[in-house]
Amino acid sequence: MIMMNRRNLLLGAALSTMMLATPALAAEELKLPRQHIDLVAPPFVHAHEQATKAGPKIMEFTMKIEEKKVVIDDQGTTFQAMTFNGSMPGPLMVVHEGDYVELTLINPDTNTMPHNIDFHSATGALGGGALTLVNPGEQVVLRWKATRTGTFVYHCAPGGPMIPWHVVSGMNGAIMVLPRDGLNDGKGHALKYDKIFYIGEQDMYVPRDEKGKFKSYESPGEAYNDTVEVMRKLTPTHVVFNGRANALTGKNALTAKVGETVLIVHSQANRDSRPHLIGGHGDYVWETGKFSNPPETGLETWFIRGGSAGAALYKFLQPGIYAYVTHNLIEAAELGATAHFKVEGKWNDDLMTQVKAPGEIPTTKTQ
Amino acid sequence: MLIAFKLKLALICAAGFAGPLAVAPLLIDNGTPDAGQYDRPSIVELRPGSMSYRVHGDFTHAGKQAAAPLAQVSLSRPLSIMKHQVSASDYQRCVDDRACRPLDRGVVVAADRPAVQVNWHDANGYAAWLSRKTGETYRLPSDEEWAFAAGSRFRDDGAAVDDNDPSKRWIARYEREASGIPSDAATRSFGSFGANENGLQDVGGNVWEWTSTCFVRHVIDDAGNVASKSPNCGVRIVEGQHRAYVTDFIRDARAGGCAVGVPPDNLGFRLVVDRNKWPSMPNLVGRVASGLRAFL
Repeated sequence: MIMMNRRNLLLGAALSTMMLATPALAAEELKLPRQHIDLVAPPFVHAHEQATKAGPKIMEFTMKIEEKKVVIDDQGTTFQAMTFNGSMPGPLMVVHEGDYVELTLINPDTNTMPHNIDFHSATGALGGGALTLVNPGEQVVLRWKATRTGTFVYHCAPGGPMIPWHVVSGMNGAIMVLPRDGLNDGKGHALKYDKIFYIGEQDMYVPRDEKGKFKSYESPGEAYNDTVEVMRKLTPTHVVFNGRANALTGKNALTAKVGETVLIVHSQANRDSRPHLIGGHGDYVWETGKFSNPPETGLETWFIRGGSAGAALYKFLQPGIYAYVTHNLIEAAELGATAHFKVEGKWNDDLMTQVKAPGEIPTTKTQ
Repeated sequence: MLIAFKLKLALICAAGFAGPLAVAPLLIDNGTPDAGQYDRPSIVELRPGSMSYRVHGDFTHAGKQAAAPLAQVSLSRPLSIMKHQVSASDYQRCVDDRACRPLDRGVVVAADRPAVQVNWHDANGYAAWLSRKTGETYRLPSDEEWAFAAGSRFRDDGAAVDDNDPSKRWIARYEREASGIPSDAATRSFGSFGANENGLQDVGGNVWEWTSTCFVRHVIDDAGNVASKSPNCGVRIVEGQHRAYVTDFIRDARAGGCAVGVPPDNLGFRLVVDRNKWPSMPNLVGRVASGLRAFL
C-alpha cells in the first residue's frame, strides 16, 4: 500500500512537470457560446440535439471521481470501484463535431489515489491524460476540440500498472461526437433515433480466498496486489453491463415501443465484445463507432474492439422481452453480460407466428 | 375463451373434501427422538383443507397456447412439512455420512442457514438418507402440497392468453417475476423472511424449493377437460417467489433457464414426512366425504 502510493506520487510528480510545461490557452480567447451539460448516469444519456443548426460551442462538463465499495452481483460480491461521477461506466457525453469539450475533473480529498482522464477522441497529451492528473483534493480543467465524429472511449490512465487496474476498476466511459447535421446512412439519408441508451461493458477480476469465495477489501489499495494477480490471468470473474450483473434486467430493463428507433452505444475499454440483440438486429451499425464511415446494415452480431465504442441503430418491430447480450454466451449467462429490453406494442403475425404449439409428435401411418 | 372452463383434475387425494376445517397450523412436539440417534427437524402439521390452485405446467388447446386453469384442490389428510428449509449443516451431516454430494464451496454451512445450490437429486438423496436415519418417510412435497403449505405466499402465475399477441403474456410474466422481494442471493439466517400464516418460515424468500412435480404439458379438449398429458420428469417445479421449471441436475439456476426470465436466486428444499401412523382421521375424512358425495 505504502509502496504503491509512493509510486503514484512519483508518477504524479512526473506528469505535473509536463503540465507546467504546457502553455495554457485562456478560455476568453475562444469567442464561443458556452453550454453547461448536467451529466446523467448510464444507461441514460443527457438531453441533446441530434442535428444542430447552431455553430460550435464550448461544452462544459464536470465530473467528480468517486472511489467506493459497491456490490457487483446478486450474490453480494463487493468490489472496490473507482468511478467517473459515481457510476460504472462513467456517463456518456454528447457533443457535436467542432465543439470544444471543457471538462472540470474533480478528485475530492475523500479519495485515496491520483486519477486522470484519457479521451480517445482528443488529440495530443495522451488524450489529455498528461494534463489532467489530479491528486486527492485537487481539480483540473481540460479543453479539447472535437475534430472527429463517432463514439469513443475515455478512461483513467494514471501511468504504468495503474492504467489497466483503474480501467477495470470502473474508470471508463464514452463520448459521442455527432456530425453537426446528425447521423446518416452513408448515402446521404439522415438517420434519427427516438431513444438512446448507453451500455458500458466491463470485465472485472475479483480475487478469491482459499475456499474459492470472493474476497472483500476495505480500500482499493488493499485489493491491488491480489487483483493484479487475477488480472494477469486475463480471465475475468465478471463481465457486466452498467457496473453489475443484472443492472439492466427486471425492474431496470430498458424499455421501448414497437416502431421506436433506438440507438445503443456500447463501449468496452479493455476487452473485445460482440453485442447481439436476441430476436432483433442492428439496422445500421457503426461497428468501429466512427460516423465518417458508412454504417453496416442488417447485422446479427457486431464486434466491439477492446478500447473502443460502437453504435447500433435498431427500430423495434415486435413486442416482447429481448435479451441484449455479448454473444459469448458463457459471458452473457455465467458472468453477467446480459441486459433486457421490454418492448410494448402490437404483435406482427406476419413476422412470426406459432403455427402449432408444442405437443406430441404425431404418429405417421405407414401402409 | 378458455378461461371459464372447468377441469376435472386428478386431485392430490381424490376424496374431494372441501369442508370448512380451518387450515390452522399445529406445531407438533417432536417427542422422543428415535433411539436418540438423530434430532428430527421441526415439523408443521397442517390440517386437511382445500384451496384454489393454479394448475402447474403448460396448456394447449387445438394447437394453441391456452391459459392454465384455476382448480379447487383438496388435501384429505394432514400435511406434515418442515418448518424451515433443510439447513446446510443438516445436509452436511448427510455429506459426512457419504450419502449426499458435497455442497458447493461458498455455501455457508450453518445450523440456521439453508442448504442451497442443491439439485433435485441432491434433495432426494437427503430425503432418503434422513428417512433411513429416523425410520420415517421423508420426501419432497408435490407442487400442490407446497402451494397448500405456502398459503398466502403461493404466487398465482396465471396469465391470460391473447392468441393475437403472445408478447403480452411474456411481458406480464416478466413484470410479475421482476416484482419479487428485492434482495441479494446471499443466504440469510432462518426466519429472516418471516413466517406465513401456517407457521412455515421463509417461504418465498430468496431460496426456491424443489418439489416432486414434473413439468407437464396438458392438452385440453373442447369441453375444457384435460385430454392428454405429457410429463417431462427431467424438469421439476421449484417454488418460491414465483414458480419455475428447472432441469433436475441444475444446482445453481441463476445463470440458467431462459434468456429472458428472472431466475431463482437459490435452489434449496424442505421435506414432507408421511405420518402413516396417524389416527384414522384421513380415512374418516375420506369416508365422510364420499358419504357426502353419495348423499348429493
